[in-house]
Amino acid sequence: MKKFFSGAALIFVCFLLQSTVFAQFNIGGIVPNLLIIVTASLGFLCGKKTGIIVGFSCGILMDLFLGSVYGMNGLLYMYVGYCNGLFKKILYPKDIKLPLVLIAGSDIGYGVFFYFFRFLLRGKFDFPYYFTQIIIPETVYTTILACLIYPLIHSIKIRLDEKEKKGEQSSV
Amino acid sequence: MSPILKRKKEKFRLPSKYLLFIMTVVCIVIMIVSFTTNIFSIPLNYISSYLIVPFENGLTSVGTYCLNKTEEFGKLQDVLAENEKLKEEIDRLTTENTSLQQEKYELTKLRELYALDAEYDEYDKIGARIIARDAGNWYSNFVIDKGSNDGIQVNCNVIAGSGLVGRVIEVGPNHAKVTSIISDGINTSAMILATGDNLIVTGNLSTMKEGVVEYSQLVDSSNKVTVGDKVVTSNISDQYLPGILIGYINTLSTDSNNLTKSGYLTPVVDFEHLNEVLVIKQLKQQVN
Repeated sequence: MKKFFSGAALIFVCFLLQSTVFAQFNIGGIVPNLLIIVTASLGFLCGKKTGIIVGFSCGILMDLFLGSVYGMNGLLYMYVGYCNGLFKKILYPKDIKLPLVLIAGSDIGYGVFFYFFRFLLRGKFDFPYYFTQIIIPETVYTTILACLIYPLIHSIKIRLDEKEKKGEQSSV
Repeated sequence: MSPILKRKKEKFRLPSKYLLFIMTVVCIVIMIVSFTTNIFSIPLNYISSYLIVPFENGLTSVGTYCLNKTEEFGKLQDVLAENEKLKEEIDRLTTENTSLQQEKYELTKLRELYALDAEYDEYDKIGARIIARDAGNWYSNFVIDKGSNDGIQVNCNVIAGSGLVGRVIEVGPNHAKVTSIISDGINTSAMILATGDNLIVTGNLSTMKEGVVEYSQLVDSSNKVTVGDKVVTSNISDQYLPGILIGYINTLSTDSNNLTKSGYLTPVVDFEHLNEVLVIKQLKQQVN
């Protein structure tokens, strides 16, 4: 239960920050994608199922506020969460290198698929432009922020796990 | 927890593959439903209006405060230099102003004569603050802090200063979503003020960063349109009130069909530094 609420709070705070403060302090018009950090890190820390649920709620929140077709981002984020969940078994979460690679990969993947669904299908074929001007800057910015945010999420998770264990022991 | 209950819980565990499949179907259904109807938008707008907008209001004002402070320090030097330049300009403009005032007097008399009072000063407008921008980098939609409680409706025109920003696409009780004319794939029907020729202004992500907007299908058979001409919203647009300034022609080239012209125009609104906008409450008259 505690995990559920802290997860929901995390998503909510990141969404608010992304759409207000970071949107104002954009660098060259590019806003970092905090929600992909949350989705990816919860995905590979807690597993596939959590990844799906977190991704779905992040995406729906984005759709709800500024999308035109509801469910589009929900679908993309959900798959991002699921794919990151696949890495739970081989990940050593204290080492930050693989998580960062995964987060960057997730952002690129999200960008490419978003381009595919919303731009390519409308006949905008200039993929190199969108890739170098939107996707790559966003990924770099997001990865830099992930260096700060991922350790935070990880420490929250460890603390909650410890508390849960203690709770189980005391109840037994 | 009793062992019986636990076993029951174990029994109903859903493999993540199936969960993914179910959620995918849910998403696709939501997409199809929201694409064809707008049942979701009304309740969801209420939720976001009361749950999210208050937070965003607060955070944006904090952000604006910080942004202003950092800019203040950084720009002090520039401002001093600019001040000198502006003083010179004031002198120049004062002389210009006097001559213009004379012309204005003449103009008002002529206007009265022709009863040309359909300028957009007379529309009922309401000021609003931008409280959130698009969370992604692909579109330039934003959210303002006034909604249906303040009399804003879907399709209300949004202007800033004297230029067109966009229009309202969704309304909640105390917020509204606005899509801007520079947003990718948004078409605006416009005309050249001087000649009355119609054209289509199309938002494009790749030209947005260069500060220009694409236009096309300008029929100018008499070759009168020149670079620098004013482009305003057209009389035949079904969403925009006529005569709102969009921008100035920047480049002009003849299409390969030799009938129409296309190019880029520079918008009058600085979309990068937009903080406050005006919403015109009056809607364009609809003929059905």
